[in-house]
Amino acid sequence: MPASPQPEPTLRVSDLAITVGQDRRTAVRGVGFEIGRGESVGLVGESGSGKTLTCRSVLGLLPPGVELAQGSILLGDTDLTRANRRRWDKIRGTRLAAVFQDPASYLNPSLTVGHQLAEQLRVKRRLSRKEAHARSVELFEEVGLNRPEVVYHQYPHELSGGMLQRVLIAIAVALEPELLIADEATTALDVVIQAEILQLLSRLRRTHHLSLLLVTHDLAVVAETCDRILVMYGGEIVESGPTDEVLADPQHPYTRALLAVASIGDWSRRTLEVIPGSPPEAGAVLPGCRFAPRCRDVVDRCTSGLVPLVDTTPGRSARCVRLDELVSAS
Amino acid sequence: MSALLTVSDLTVTYAPPRRSGSIGTGAALAGVDLDIRPGEIIGIVGETGSGKTTLARATVGLVKPAAGRIDFDGTDLGALRGKALRQFRRSGQVQLAFQDPLRSLDTDLSVGELVAEPLDVVGDLTRAERRERVDEALGLVGLDADSFRDRYPRQLSGGQRQRVSLARSIVTRPRLLFCDEPVSALDVSNRNLVLRLLDRLRTELGLAVVIIAHDLSSLAGVADRVAVFYRGRLVEHGPISDVLEKPVHPYTALLASSAPSVEHDDRLSPLELRVPVTEARTPAEGACVFAARCRFAHDACAEQPPLVPVAGTDRFAACHAADSWRRSLNPETDPQKEALS
Repeated sequence: MPASPQPEPTLRVSDLAITVGQDRRTAVRGVGFEIGRGESVGLVGESGSGKTLTCRSVLGLLPPGVELAQGSILLGDTDLTRANRRRWDKIRGTRLAAVFQDPASYLNPSLTVGHQLAEQLRVKRRLSRKEAHARSVELFEEVGLNRPEVVYHQYPHELSGGMLQRVLIAIAVALEPELLIADEATTALDVVIQAEILQLLSRLRRTHHLSLLLVTHDLAVVAETCDRILVMYGGEIVESGPTDEVLADPQHPYTRALLAVASIGDWSRRTLEVIPGSPPEAGAVLPGCRFAPRCRDVVDRCTSGLVPLVDTTPGRSARCVRLDELVSAS
Repeated sequence: MSALLTVSDLTVTYAPPRRSGSIGTGAALAGVDLDIRPGEIIGIVGETGSGKTTLARATVGLVKPAAGRIDFDGTDLGALRGKALRQFRRSGQVQLAFQDPLRSLDTDLSVGELVAEPLDVVGDLTRAERRERVDEALGLVGLDADSFRDRYPRQLSGGQRQRVSLARSIVTRPRLLFCDEPVSALDVSNRNLVLRLLDRLRTELGLAVVIIAHDLSSLAGVADRVAVFYRGRLVEHGPISDVLEKPVHPYTALLASSAPSVEHDDRLSPLELRVPVTEARTPAEGACVFAARCRFAHDACAEQPPLVPVAGTDRFAACHAADSWRRSLNPETDPQKEALS
């Protein structure tokens, strides 16, 4: 583990563009953000917002037919967009790790979970059989698995979804990565387990000095876990800033709409807000603001040209032509 | 209003009991009592394996109860045999909308065919009548019949598929609808659209709706009552805001406090309610189903408490420590500090 804190961010993504299909339609454009050392950033958006493509490009796991057209992704001083296969093998798992929604499909069903964690430590850390076993049990205990010695010898089918997600988190942090990406990692879990996993991620962030990128469609999950928030819509970042500030005073109409439909923990509420219409398809060509067709504050100017992401207050930015009017109006 | 569905002392087991006369520890549902009234939306929450889906399956007749009875509009469903049973099933009065509309719709059928399919069972309808019913059902779920009738599932978004799935379940004009996780696969904006739709259906059709969910946010703003299940037992039920804001059962409290929320209010922290991992216990036979995970378990909890009315409220809970657990919350506990340790 590097000892002294570094001034440069763990991850710096700049001007990222991703195209899909043979006709190379732009599905993600102009995405740029930084994740500081030990910082946790939430990437929020609906399906089709480009949040998953963005996170997959950071992991170098874009599906066939999807291409990184532009931009740079710096992990420390390594440009991931230039990494070849051999380079990736040294980065993934070691400096960069990820957990996903469906933990069972990322484990080999015919090997014990302990074996799968120990294997990593033996291959990448060159630990002996005995050392790898001891370290694995330690890690299982750290991620909150009860009776880690027993769990070590269990197969994936013997464990619940929440336990499997803990196993994957143990595997992810085993090699002390700089950045952990959690892509909808708690979406399929029961609320009680979800809260436990989110709390576990926050704790590991502190104890392992991890930077965390949490990708989710649920604003409430980000509210509980992240320092900063990035809201994506239609392949663009539409708003970013410190979580508390964005949630207390959203500047983009889409963020406001998302907040209105999010879980606010008020059970006696009798109204259900909806965002009319549906998000644009990946790669759809739209004039101007991509949220305009669904926006309740839309005016002619919104669709007359590309809308830039502008800095509003220190640490915050938003992509809306009516920022001044709408902010002062609210 | 009198109940449309009355479930009394319902027990369902999937594995045969080891000894005769015992229901075994593998009971998927044990001694469940529940009423559902017309026009009411009731939420059923609980973790995976808590028996939520089993309750729906037993009511529509997909599994046979080991004990107890299910009355629908005054008819004991368990006593129906032969022709009477067939008739009840064909009437389509109770419908179940399955989880995951992505996988429960036949990809080779058009929307029109999918929605008409349940009518094959009901029978006795002319072509024109069938078409009318399909259009009516699509209209009710907010899909324009003319533009959607000839589409295929692959041409629909997630929210539209969920609505087709709902149209399928209401085309027989049911009086009771079970929705298994109707919104868990949907984005937030579609989620509220589908919940609003259920709310409209119960008002317009007087439909009783049971929403089965593992996630409390899919009930907010729409359910009247909530029933909380844990390991096959109904542990608490009552009006939704009472139950979730002032839980009587420690499991309900844990659920409500774990739900992620944008606003941080003065609610309990899950840390105050959880049993530390190091103290984890194994569930004992005959004990309260929640005892092994309950921070407030004491000697009396070695026996499963019955579901009893909570004094001064119109709700029910099954907990030996119902009156006392809040008092043993330690006000000195700083959740932040504990999280760091």
